[in-house]
Amino acid sequence: MDSTAPRIEHKNTTCYMCACRCGIRVTLRDGEIRYIQGNPEHPLNHGVICAKGASGIMKQYSPARLTRPLLRKPGAERGAGEFTEISWDEAYSLLEERLRRIRASDPKKFALFTGRDQMQALTGLFARQFGTPNYAAHGGFCSVNMAAGMIYTIGGSFWEFGGPDLDRARLFVMIGTAEDHHSNPLKIAISRFKRNGGRFISINPVRTGYSAIADEWVPIRPGTDGALLLALTHEIIRQGLFDREFLIRYTNGPELVVQDEGSERFGLFVRSDKPVDEGCFDPQNKLWWDRITDRPVDSHAEDADPFLLGAFTLPDGTPVKTAFQLLADRVKDYTPEWAAGITGIPAATIRRLAHEMGITARDQKIELPIAWTDTWGRDHETVTGNPVAFHAMRGLAAHSNGFQTIRALSILMSVLGTIDRPGGFRHKAPFPRPIPPCAKTPRGPEGVRPDTPLGGMPLGWPAGPEDLFVDADGRPVRIDKAFSWEYPLAVHGLMHNVITNAWRGDPYPIDTLMIFMSNMAWNSTMNTVEVRRMLNDRNEDGEYKIPFIVVSDAFQSEMVAYADLVLPDTTYLERHDVMSMLDRPISEFEGPVDAVRVPVLPPTGQCRPFQEVLIELAGRLGLPAFVNPDGSRKYRDYPDFIVRYETEPGSGIGFLAGWRGAGGEKFMKGEPNPNQWEMYARNNCVFQYHLPPSYQYMRNWNQGYLEWAQRHRLTRYAEPILLHLYSEVLQKFRLAAEGRGGARRPPEHLRERIATFFDPLPFFYEPLEAQRIDRARFPLNAVTQRPMAMYHAWDSQNAWLRQIHAHNHLYVHPGTARAAGVEDGGWVWIESPWGRVRAQCRYSEAVEPGTVWTWNAIGKAPGAWRLSPEANEARRGFLLNHLITEELPAEAEGVRVSNSDPVTGQAGWYDVRVNIRPAAADEPHTSAPEFAPVPPAPGTAAAPPRRLAYRAGAGLFKKLFG
Amino acid sequence: MTQLALIIDLNVCVGCSACVTSCKEWNTSGSAGPLVDLNPYGADPSGTFFNRVQTFEIGSYPNTQTVHFPKSCLHCEEPPCVPVCPTGASYKRPEDGIVLVDYDKCIGCKYCSWACPYGVRELDEDRRVMTKCTLCVDRIYDETLPAAERKPACVLACPTNARLFGDVHDPESEVSHLIREQGGYTLMPEWGTRPANHYLPPRRTTHRIQPDQLVRADNPLKKERQLPMPALDEPALDDVTSW
Amino acid sequence: MHPAFSVIFLTTLIGAGQGLFLALYTSELYAALGLLPAQDDPVYFGIGALLALVLLAGGLLASFFHLGHPERAWRSAARWRTSWLSREVIALPAFMGAVTVYGALHFFGWNPVIAVLGGGTAFHLTAAVGAVGVVLCLTLFLCTGMIYACLRFLQEWASPLTVINFLLLGTASGFTLATAFAAWTGRGLTRFFGGWALILLALAFLARVSSLIRNARLRHKSTLQSAIGVRHSRIRQISQGAMGGSFNTREFFHGRPARLVTTAQWVFLLLVFAVPAALLGVGLTRGGAGWLAAAFLVQYAGLVVERWVFFAQAQHPQNLYYQAA
Ligand SMILES: Nc1nc2c(c(=O)[nH]1)N[C@H]1C(S)=C(S)[C@@H](COP(=O)(O)OP(=O)(O)OC[C@H]3O[C@@H](n4cnc5c(=O)[nH]c(N)nc54)[C@H](O)[C@@H]3O)O[C@H]1N2
Ligand SMILES: Nc1nc2c(c(=O)[nH]1)N[C@H]1C(S)=C(S)[C@@H](COP(=O)(O)OP(=O)(O)OC[C@H]3O[C@@H](n4cnc5c(=O)[nH]c(N)nc54)[C@H](O)[C@@H]3O)O[C@H]1N2
Ligand code: SF4
Ligand code: SF4
Ligand code: SF4
Ligand code: SF4
Ligand code: SF4
Ligand SMILES: [Mo]
Repeated sequence: MDSTAPRIEHKNTTCYMCACRCGIRVTLRDGEIRYIQGNPEHPLNHGVICAKGASGIMKQYSPARLTRPLLRKPGAERGAGEFTEISWDEAYSLLEERLRRIRASDPKKFALFTGRDQMQALTGLFARQFGTPNYAAHGGFCSVNMAAGMIYTIGGSFWEFGGPDLDRARLFVMIGTAEDHHSNPLKIAISRFKRNGGRFISINPVRTGYSAIADEWVPIRPGTDGALLLALTHEIIRQGLFDREFLIRYTNGPELVVQDEGSERFGLFVRSDKPVDEGCFDPQNKLWWDRITDRPVDSHAEDADPFLLGAFTLPDGTPVKTAFQLLADRVKDYTPEWAAGITGIPAATIRRLAHEMGITARDQKIELPIAWTDTWGRDHETVTGNPVAFHAMRGLAAHSNGFQTIRALSILMSVLGTIDRPGGFRHKAPFPRPIPPCAKTPRGPEGVRPDTPLGGMPLGWPAGPEDLFVDADGRPVRIDKAFSWEYPLAVHGLMHNVITNAWRGDPYPIDTLMIFMSNMAWNSTMNTVEVRRMLNDRNEDGEYKIPFIVVSDAFQSEMVAYADLVLPDTTYLERHDVMSMLDRPISEFEGPVDAVRVPVLPPTGQCRPFQEVLIELAGRLGLPAFVNPDGSRKYRDYPDFIVRYETEPGSGIGFLAGWRGAGGEKFMKGEPNPNQWEMYARNNCVFQYHLPPSYQYMRNWNQGYLEWAQRHRLTRYAEPILLHLYSEVLQKFRLAAEGRGGARRPPEHLRERIATFFDPLPFFYEPLEAQRIDRARFPLNAVTQRPMAMYHAWDSQNAWLRQIHAHNHLYVHPGTARAAGVEDGGWVWIESPWGRVRAQCRYSEAVEPGTVWTWNAIGKAPGAWRLSPEANEARRGFLLNHLITEELPAEAEGVRVSNSDPVTGQAGWYDVRVNIRPAAADEPHTSAPEFAPVPPAPGTAAAPPRRLAYRAGAGLFKKLFG
Repeated sequence: MTQLALIIDLNVCVGCSACVTSCKEWNTSGSAGPLVDLNPYGADPSGTFFNRVQTFEIGSYPNTQTVHFPKSCLHCEEPPCVPVCPTGASYKRPEDGIVLVDYDKCIGCKYCSWACPYGVRELDEDRRVMTKCTLCVDRIYDETLPAAERKPACVLACPTNARLFGDVHDPESEVSHLIREQGGYTLMPEWGTRPANHYLPPRRTTHRIQPDQLVRADNPLKKERQLPMPALDEPALDDVTSW
Repeated sequence: MHPAFSVIFLTTLIGAGQGLFLALYTSELYAALGLLPAQDDPVYFGIGALLALVLLAGGLLASFFHLGHPERAWRSAARWRTSWLSREVIALPAFMGAVTVYGALHFFGWNPVIAVLGGGTAFHLTAAVGAVGVVLCLTLFLCTGMIYACLRFLQEWASPLTVINFLLLGTASGFTLATAFAAWTGRGLTRFFGGWALILLALAFLARVSSLIRNARLRHKSTLQSAIGVRHSRIRQISQGAMGGSFNTREFFHGRPARLVTTAQWVFLLLVFAVPAALLGVGLTRGGAGWLAAAFLVQYAGLVVERWVFFAQAQHPQNLYYQAA
């Protein structure tokens, strides 16, 4: 062969330009990336790629790459971005010494929070082994409402956990989803759906992205979807368009609820004395009211034909109602006319939508010739589908009423009979899970002890007040106050309050805050200006309020400037990673799927994968799961850990589900396989298991599936997972607030809050922020959307993507803008009760007149990301976050609460209300607030090129880092 | 005679720009590259791209449609950009109708770009020659690629399959079928340039509900005894008929 | 369009050069026909032709700045069959050759009589070479004009008026220059050229104003509707896919407020027509090369503005796709 011919290599791995995790094929020419394409053999993306994925080259070779461990310069302020280079040895000893001291005294003084990462199984394990409860990932500020609202109702959720079956749906309703959520898979599916003649309705205050190709756009006022969904349910029940059979067999709708106002058991299900197994599931000892015998019977009794609706009196005189009756009572007054006034959607439209949903579900039924058996032993010849599918995301989640709104959505989906059925919502393994899932945190401070792993999971799923993580006085144990009475079901933590709480020392001060892959000094903060100040604030003694901050990042983000110690991470093309069943795998409707990343390029400079850092630290600190009985380090490195780690010795369950067993002959469960990585690498870096068709549907109640899942240790129990139209879990909290049931009681100041928001049936309330501010002064809702070609803050360093979104505008309906005296292209002040921002306005006819919006995370701090301080992102881009508060004003003296959903602690990003007015003629045409530029961090590129003509193999980028 | 072309289905294009960056990525290290980026990390970054996605709003609120509109060279059958080129650098290949620029001949006079009504040619400011979509000639005939991948980069990338590639002169090709059946159209037909690339219009599926679909014998409310029934003692015809 | 200074100078300089040559040749023809006294001053023709040549060469030089690869400029003669630009590339040097020969013949006095027409009119070699020059000169005007006029969808340009304007404006400026030149060299031709200059200026004025009126009334065939193929009366662009701009926003937009273009239009009407006409009037009646030289300089400055407006006013249909970042 000609020795001058370019050396071409092809390598498969998994993309991480966003959380979607498509399979990619990287072509290298002379060791530089020639091309990144979608892997045609990958089950997620079938060969397609997106704008971000196809720009991976410009991320890999970004001048903002951190390549050396850095220590804040002695004497330099946090935020000034002045660093000196240190060696990894120094960095490790520094951390080891500090963490050892914390662990031996009070492990909760170490807090580990991680952003959009996909290795929560490992970071969580590390935190737990360390013994700190102060661990969470991004979920709390992302979409925990979606996860919790749906999992507490149907045992699964959208995104990684389940989704719309658009191959078979006839009607698709997308609510509050922008344009890149579940990126490629959803795009593939929507396009196929449209081409198959399906009807696509988008409910969103803004029409861009996916909504652009919707057959109908239903603009809605932000924060009001709860009203719409309840009115739709009202109309569907009123017209009898619900799927009675489905509701009876598969939901708790026909089950009888105690209605005796004075009883300790008020609002709980009537339980028979039928003996039940104990465990984390919903025992089947509840009652129906039989139509034939007109008597209560055990639910799911063989020949019973229960009422779905009705109020009855038990033989002992207890008044009862079916749960569905309670739901019907609840939605009785939620008429379309009522909702029209709140949502801005005409009543006739709401009615028509309800009819369309109901009639499509009823009249376009799908019967698949797939026989299956339910958990009560009934055989079914076919699988039925009601082909109405929904998808929703943060437009519902990111409001402080989101949890109840999402409960309402899950219930609407259930009422239409569309759960885990063809053409409706379908689960992805390891879902469905019991309601609520089994994992639990410790129940009190005794779970946190020096030199001891945490006495439970750092994050869990409370089934009632007894599962809260609070001390004897009901005070939070976690720094973010998750699982306290303030946010009892904060199942993903409240990362957005960590800095504020730690700064204030409420509930206690911490020592070391380690942030991995999150830009907590910028786009994932609320109240950004203040939070940046808090990060740099000191006590009287001159010590920082947050004494030590460690940041693992791959790029010079805004957060890096606030670090005391910076750990340079590798990029996704340089490291091993797993998309694990223990975490958020990439499963498909047809069965479990997990995936890996393998390095296609060597690490740049001194970069080390953060995983290796954790394994190294865990070994040094002697965390039990990471050391041998003799205390010696157990795992050579991360790949070795992934192969050999088992959740319990001999459990056969590890991070990867594929090719387990000594020779790779097993899956899901089996002994470690030393060649597992190679087997993944040979198989497109993905393991997919196809369930037999009879296990692919109705999984909440599918005996075959549940037993399969149990045998393969996806679940502990094979009990049916009835849909919780009525949530007993919530009622238990409410009873506690009312001083009934159980032992734990909320502190006085939170009683009313718990009693109000822990309603076992969905209800509509105005977002909390709007309830507390002067709505006349702040008449507009301000929201953000993610653009398809940008991932949060990461991509502004990407020379190609930033040309598409160099800066952002505030989009305003022309009528609204004119009324405020604002011109198209004019500069405006956007003011909220919490701050103000100057930005450039653009008219748009595709936005609801009471809403203004902008792209998320385009604005940048000057100098960050190695952009020149003159870059559009810094001069003309702006961050809406400056207008959003992380805490709501005190209701009562000294009572602050997070600007979050009172049930889950989900950040209420989209609750913010603003006004706009033109900037004065003599003001500069630049965005405000402005920040001082940060200098280039040592180890980033010496000088970003002013002209870039990339050609693989030309060695252009080698020059960048010498 | 073959005329290769792209068909862009606006009915499913979500405006994701995958076709934009995958094009850049393929071509910058391919035979048409490198494609320069100016000020890539500074103010007003710009660069050479062969394909861009634009967005238009049509109508007024609330009857607004948002249309995403990808545009690259349309490989006109009567390309006005070709005859004006003084050097012959711009040419249309007789064998497959692809319009190309020979970089070794191009003097960078920009005249061809003036002669293109569609704004799809871009002078690369580094190499100072005219560039444009090549229909990925260096992919589609590359025998070293698997047959399924001998397609333009943007076509393979597009997540919604809104970009289709084929011979618009072959009446039996998939693209010709689509043009015929779904009202494929060309841009600015008024100039007689006869673009080979076609666009398929957005289509809207509507659903009409007949009133009788709401009245059904099997209404579950009936089973629940919830449908309104008159009380037994209300007057009825039974009470008055007297024969 | 974005007015490119290379092209502005190319067209105005060669226009003046061409006009000057035409003036020289006119005077020779008139003299040959006996309508003017014999013009046998070799220096007058030689220097005149040299001046024309300098202008032409200046234009040519300017044009190189337009090219990405001037070193390959030679390639641009290749497509004369189809490309007006290619034709111009041939016509310009050919014409320059003719001017050179014409000037040299005069200067060195190699000017035998080659024919005697009926009536005793002697026909010199220079008259023949000059005639070839005129043909090339007119061809060059045609080529230059057609480069613009042939772009059908650039409707402001796609009109015979474009060629006529190039011709008349170039010729008028050449005659104005010739007037000043004649005054400077102290020849008796000042009034002859001055008269013609005024006549040509009047014609050019009519033609240029016609094109302004035409352009003001123009209805563009391409619309946003035809550009994206959507039939609706309200279409607005929201994004063009490149916020920092692109070749398409740099090359086809002048990026100046519309007011500036209108102002520039009035400025060039004054500088090209009114002021030079007045200066010519003063210069011709009072005498004095200074006024006449001023007339030419002002007019040339005006022509630069005129050419700027010529570009700035042209609405390229591609701009329909690039209306909003
Ligand atoms: N390209 C790209 N893709 C991404 C990301 C990214 O940064 N870039 N981020 C990923 C992450 S972390 C997440 S969490 C997901 C989020 O995915 P999405 O949930 O789609 O994210 P957002 O962009 O927040 O879009 C929220 C949408 O809700 C609408 N909206 C706001 N308020 C309301 C309301 O009250 N009611 C209704 N009906 N709609 C409302 C907004 O107009 C917007 O369209 O995207 C993921 N995918
Ligand atoms: N106004 C407003 N704010 C929002 C939202 C909103 O809708 N509106 N959405 C919220 C949501 S849902 C989310 S998920 C958050 C996201 O917010 P963040 O989690 O802060 O996400 P990013 O901005 O992407 O920051 C991730 C950090 O990881 C770094 N990084 C990238 N790749 C790697 C890597 O391989 N290794 C390491 N160690 N670091 C890496 C990046 O450089 C960056 O600093 O934003 C939230 N903020
Ligand atoms: S959607 Fe795009 S960025 Fe996200 S993983 Fe897939 S290819 Fe990568
Ligand atoms: S890749 Fe496809 S869907 Fe995305 S913008 Fe291009 S044509 Fe549209
Ligand atoms: S689109 Fe423009 S560049 Fe492409 S062939 Fe047609 S005229 Fe030429
Ligand atoms: S720029 Fe190049 S391709 Fe275009 S007309 Fe000039 S020589 Fe021809
Ligand atoms: S065909 Fe090739 S060159 Fe043309 S737009 Fe698509 S990717 Fe770019
Ligand atoms: Mo998120």
